[in-house]
Amino acid sequence: MLLTITTTYNPATDLGYLLHKHPRRAQTFDLSFGRAHVFYPEATDEKCTAALLLDLDTIGLKRRRQNTFALRDYVTDRPYVASSFTSVAIARVFGSALKGQCTDRPDLVTQPIPLRAEIHVLPCRGGDQLLNDLFQPLGYKVTAKPHRLDEKFPEWGYSPYYTVALEATIPLKNLLTHLYVLIPVLDDDKHYFVSQSEIDTLIRRGEGWLSDHPKRDLIIDRYLKHQRILTQEAFRLMDEQPLSRNIKDNELVVENNLRLNQQRHNAVLKELEISGAQRVLDLGCGEGHFTQILSEHPQFAKILGLEVSHHALSRAHKRLDQPIQRNRIELIHGSLFYRDTRLDSYDAAVLLEVIEHLDPSRLPVFERVVFEYAQPNTIIITTPNADFNTLWASLPAGQFRHPDHRFEWSRKQFQNWTQSVEKKFNYHTTIKPIGPVDPEAGPPTQMAIFNKK
Amino acid sequence: MNITIPEISLVVLIGVSGSGKSTFAKTHFKPTEVLSSDYFRGLISDDETDQTITKEAFETLHYVAAKRLANYKLTVIDATNVQESARKPLVALAKQHHVFPIAIVLDMPEDLCRERNKHRPERNFAHRVIAQQRHQLRRSFRRFKREGFRRIYTLRSEDEVQHAHVTREKVWPNRRDDHGPFDIIGDVHGCHDELLALLDKLGYDIQPNSIAPPPGRKAIFLGDLVDRGPKTPQVLDLVMQMVDSGTALCIPGNHDTRLVRALQGKNVKPTYGLSETLEQLESYPVEDRKRYAKFLDSLTSHYILDNGNLIVAHAGMKEELAGRTSGTVRAFALYGETTGETDEYGLPIRLNWAARYRGTATVVYGHTPISNPEWLNNTINIDTGCVYGGALTALRYPEKECVSVPALKTYNKPSRPLASETTRSVQQTHDDMLDIDDVIGKRAVDTFLIPRITIREEHAIAALEIMSRYTIDPKWLIYLPPTMSPSKPSSRPNILEHPDEAYAYYRENSIAQVIAEEKHMGSRAIVILCKNDDIARTRFGLSEPAPGACYTRTGRSFFDNKSLETAFLTRLQNAVSKANLWHDLNTTWIALDCELMPWSARAQQLLQEQYAAVGASARASLNATIEALNTNNNIDVADWLTKYQNRSQRIDHYIHAYRAYCWPVHNLTDLKLAPFHILATEGSVHHNQPHTYHMETLSKLCTADPELLHATSYRVVDLNDTQSCANTTAWWKERTAQGSEGMVVKPIDFIARNKKDRLIQPAIKCRGREYLRIIYGPEYTTPENLKKLRWRNVKTKQSLALREFALGLEALSRFAQNEPLRRIHECVFGVTIARKECKKCFPKKDCHLLPPLHCWYLRVKPLLVPMQMLCYRSILFPMAERAIRQMMALLQAQSLDRAQKLPLKSSQKV
Repeated sequence: MLLTITTTYNPATDLGYLLHKHPRRAQTFDLSFGRAHVFYPEATDEKCTAALLLDLDTIGLKRRRQNTFALRDYVTDRPYVASSFTSVAIARVFGSALKGQCTDRPDLVTQPIPLRAEIHVLPCRGGDQLLNDLFQPLGYKVTAKPHRLDEKFPEWGYSPYYTVALEATIPLKNLLTHLYVLIPVLDDDKHYFVSQSEIDTLIRRGEGWLSDHPKRDLIIDRYLKHQRILTQEAFRLMDEQPLSRNIKDNELVVENNLRLNQQRHNAVLKELEISGAQRVLDLGCGEGHFTQILSEHPQFAKILGLEVSHHALSRAHKRLDQPIQRNRIELIHGSLFYRDTRLDSYDAAVLLEVIEHLDPSRLPVFERVVFEYAQPNTIIITTPNADFNTLWASLPAGQFRHPDHRFEWSRKQFQNWTQSVEKKFNYHTTIKPIGPVDPEAGPPTQMAIFNKK
Repeated sequence: MNITIPEISLVVLIGVSGSGKSTFAKTHFKPTEVLSSDYFRGLISDDETDQTITKEAFETLHYVAAKRLANYKLTVIDATNVQESARKPLVALAKQHHVFPIAIVLDMPEDLCRERNKHRPERNFAHRVIAQQRHQLRRSFRRFKREGFRRIYTLRSEDEVQHAHVTREKVWPNRRDDHGPFDIIGDVHGCHDELLALLDKLGYDIQPNSIAPPPGRKAIFLGDLVDRGPKTPQVLDLVMQMVDSGTALCIPGNHDTRLVRALQGKNVKPTYGLSETLEQLESYPVEDRKRYAKFLDSLTSHYILDNGNLIVAHAGMKEELAGRTSGTVRAFALYGETTGETDEYGLPIRLNWAARYRGTATVVYGHTPISNPEWLNNTINIDTGCVYGGALTALRYPEKECVSVPALKTYNKPSRPLASETTRSVQQTHDDMLDIDDVIGKRAVDTFLIPRITIREEHAIAALEIMSRYTIDPKWLIYLPPTMSPSKPSSRPNILEHPDEAYAYYRENSIAQVIAEEKHMGSRAIVILCKNDDIARTRFGLSEPAPGACYTRTGRSFFDNKSLETAFLTRLQNAVSKANLWHDLNTTWIALDCELMPWSARAQQLLQEQYAAVGASARASLNATIEALNTNNNIDVADWLTKYQNRSQRIDHYIHAYRAYCWPVHNLTDLKLAPFHILATEGSVHHNQPHTYHMETLSKLCTADPELLHATSYRVVDLNDTQSCANTTAWWKERTAQGSEGMVVKPIDFIARNKKDRLIQPAIKCRGREYLRIIYGPEYTTPENLKKLRWRNVKTKQSLALREFALGLEALSRFAQNEPLRRIHECVFGVTIARKECKKCFPKKDCHLLPPLHCWYLRVKPLLVPMQMLCYRSILFPMAERAIRQMMALLQAQSLDRAQKLPLKSSQKV
């Protein structure tokens, strides 16, 4: 990774004073993760360029066990790109300049001077659009040159890496601060453990520019590694409110989740109440959102949640762990592709947005597990209506609403499936819509209620 | 007095305190067989005389007794047991486990008991206690029989106790010492002619008055000799004659017991063919009829034979009932398990006990007529409905072959049609549904190479998730390939791996000859091919026909594109046909271990996100760096310049290395498949063939379709011949210089052991210098980096490789032997798990987990349980961070200042 800082201020060599590095010397600094070299490719009164060259010891980092956070793999872009390693190096090597200390040229510290920073290369997760959005509001002229992933395979497209040049007439201290904060933000990663102290750093470094930045929320979110507890704390400390509820920039929000989810829950609850079920299965309970809703209704004497993802299940456990409920609510790890006697003798089963996550080729097995072996009196299944997808502008045609969806059925397909189930097992079906019904495309979610004959 | 007890029974000692029960127990039983109430009091309260915890002590005692009885062990209860309320639960326990409760009463003179208690200072109870106990005992005598004790022995004096002798007798069903071989014959139902024909076919010598089996063999009749058929008395004569002469065993069927009751004059409805029998018997003298009744009445419900490997019963036998004696066991043997309801033909609806059978013993039974005998979970029904015009079938054991003779005519119409044939076997249909109990929890898998490979519960949890969410239909998953260990690091300069180390490993393990096979750089693929699409149903038990399957080393489908997959597999089918392998290997399917190239076909995303990305960023960054260093500014950066120019060169090598394994795939022939093992074919796993056989056979296959198939080049190396080794090394150098990944060194035998008979690595990889840049990064070849990398421990990887190897071959051999899917599935499950049990999860040395986490792991272990499942490379880091954060929050909430002392300093340090 190479970072160069050029000035055309006259005398340009004063940059040496500001950086506390002599223009006629090449210096090396030992860092915990490798070495940093500083040298001046050009040092005249007209133009002076300082270069910070970062030399990362990848194999050492991977092998030394003190800091395993830093590297995931031997084959890594970290030595070649600007990242949080660069920020740390700036703080170490140009520490005084970053703090704005300069005894020899104290007036220069706050004086705007013409500066040009070049980064070889900067990973921009979010493309050069985000790069512009981050630096232009701060007064920079941004030039970014993209790089192909591999010239031999042009079909692979472009890499996320850019050779970036930033030009502005500002104090050096500001340039370094902006780089310090925004490089890891663009990279969207940190090589170290992000904790409470990171908020202090952000507030200190962001003083005077961050709170007015149009991309403030994104900067805070990415800088704190998307840790909700930390971002909330940061907003509290900065005495600010996040601009929108959902501050995650990279999440494709295709459904108006909250509303539709609630409607789904209400619809299913209503059906359960009609069925008079007391012992209820929540199959594919995920993190236990619906299980919790069920637990709030005293009608349900026994609730069993089953989930295949152990991670989701452990979250559900946390959500539902109240001593008083322990006998009433049970959460088990299991799979809908295996016969499970623990599911026997329940009145009703709910599969809320579950079947679209099952492999279509294995649906027959799932059908037998639920309809032949568990066979509760009522089975309620909800699944997205593919017809409705066209109404979502944010969803590209042909794509599913969630990356793990194995299929999304149109109303016709869903009906065909329910009919085939009816034929195979001793159930009859009613299909009902959930959510606002479009005259053409139908409802966003479809629900089937199976009742044992 | 001679006390006879069945080998498995619940012996209840009864007597007042001081009557000598413990001494009696010590004399006649093993210490572990005796459960003494005093001992359990001591276990719970440290005081054997503590009467306050009597309830708890007995609860524990009953619990242990139940476990022993379930485990088929004789159990002796040493407690006073003078009250009916104390004996009642014991009798119930015996009943529950279908064993006889036996009472041994020590009715000693009161003075003697008093005298004995005087010498036991800890038993200093009042006179009236003994008197009261004696009173209770006296009252009990009349009741023992009614309470359910099957045998009652009473010892009334010291002399009798001294001369008492306990003998253990075998329970009736136990014929474990009888090893056969047997010919097990299904329901005869009075079909005398067919029985003679069958015995003849089985090689029995049939004389008018005697029937002699082939030397050493023995016939077993599965009951239902009578009713429905034309010649019941003749059949009975024949069987009785054979049983009397010791050449046959016979167990009763439900029809036989009904006949007994009818002959005994009880009121039995003459239905279900009984009237025919009674008609046939009418002309027989009363003595004969009594003889028949006596014989049929004397039969034992079921037998356990051949060291417990074979169970025969008329209607089947559950594992937990086998070898026990009770009305329930007998009823199960005669009628099987029914729901109590009847079907549309008026016959009882039977529960399919065989579907849930998990025992290791083979169960042979009859009772329900079916059209074809079929195996299900190691059980087989051989009643092929002779009397209904089907056939009379015998199972030869241990050969496990069925021998049948067709019925001469239809003597009787079945009231329910016989189960009809389908393309798939009963087992396959049954295997559509795996049971969760067969995969979750801590498990141990016995493989023929390594006994008892343990699968931890948390790993089973992880595997269940993978198996449910990502893999293809488990019926195709008959194998997953093992991981492969690299050779020890080489000490040569500039190089990390060298063939010499691989040779040395095998030489140390006294292997003389190895094979060196070129290692292809693509993606591992397991290819299963069927001779025709229907084999997928008939042999693999899938519900739809298919040409075969191709899946990755983690069991995912290799192709996302279904039509490409079908075209690929069909083409391979044709190649196998062209190479005439179906015929040569005498098979209808074949499983191949292969490498599918190019790498970019499957790993496109990985290539773009990681490999090409590193190349692109390095190229751009280093070019700029070299340019900057080139600028002449009177400072000396020449060293740096050289260094960066070298780095730039290494990046070029790196890019060159990964590019060699990428090419666009537009159509089928852009793919290259390199098979290197014939894993299995019908009836056999090819692990007993040397690798040269695999190579030669496969090269034949490859010539059949050279466009798609790529023959693997190989060398056979004589390890004691330096020239041979050097030649192969030269070949390795040459191949890797041309961009090959490297080579794999394997002992010439598929399974190799060293002199100590220890299993050794089935393969060791030895990768080329340039290729390793893809593994260890572009810059690994600098001396300082090599020095760091040479510190490498291959032990963990080697032990993992062996376990996976054993599990993989076990899965194949179970499939080849037509075992139930759950038995194959558990091995494959094990491989998935073994892979998860990597250094990341249970780190000792070579750990990828965050070090502070280790520390935390030891201290806050219970909190970390979910972590063990989460160590996939992709989610490890966010996970680890979150876990630490949660734990910190937790500790802070509990205001523990320990948090600061823990080595969570990675952020401060930087």
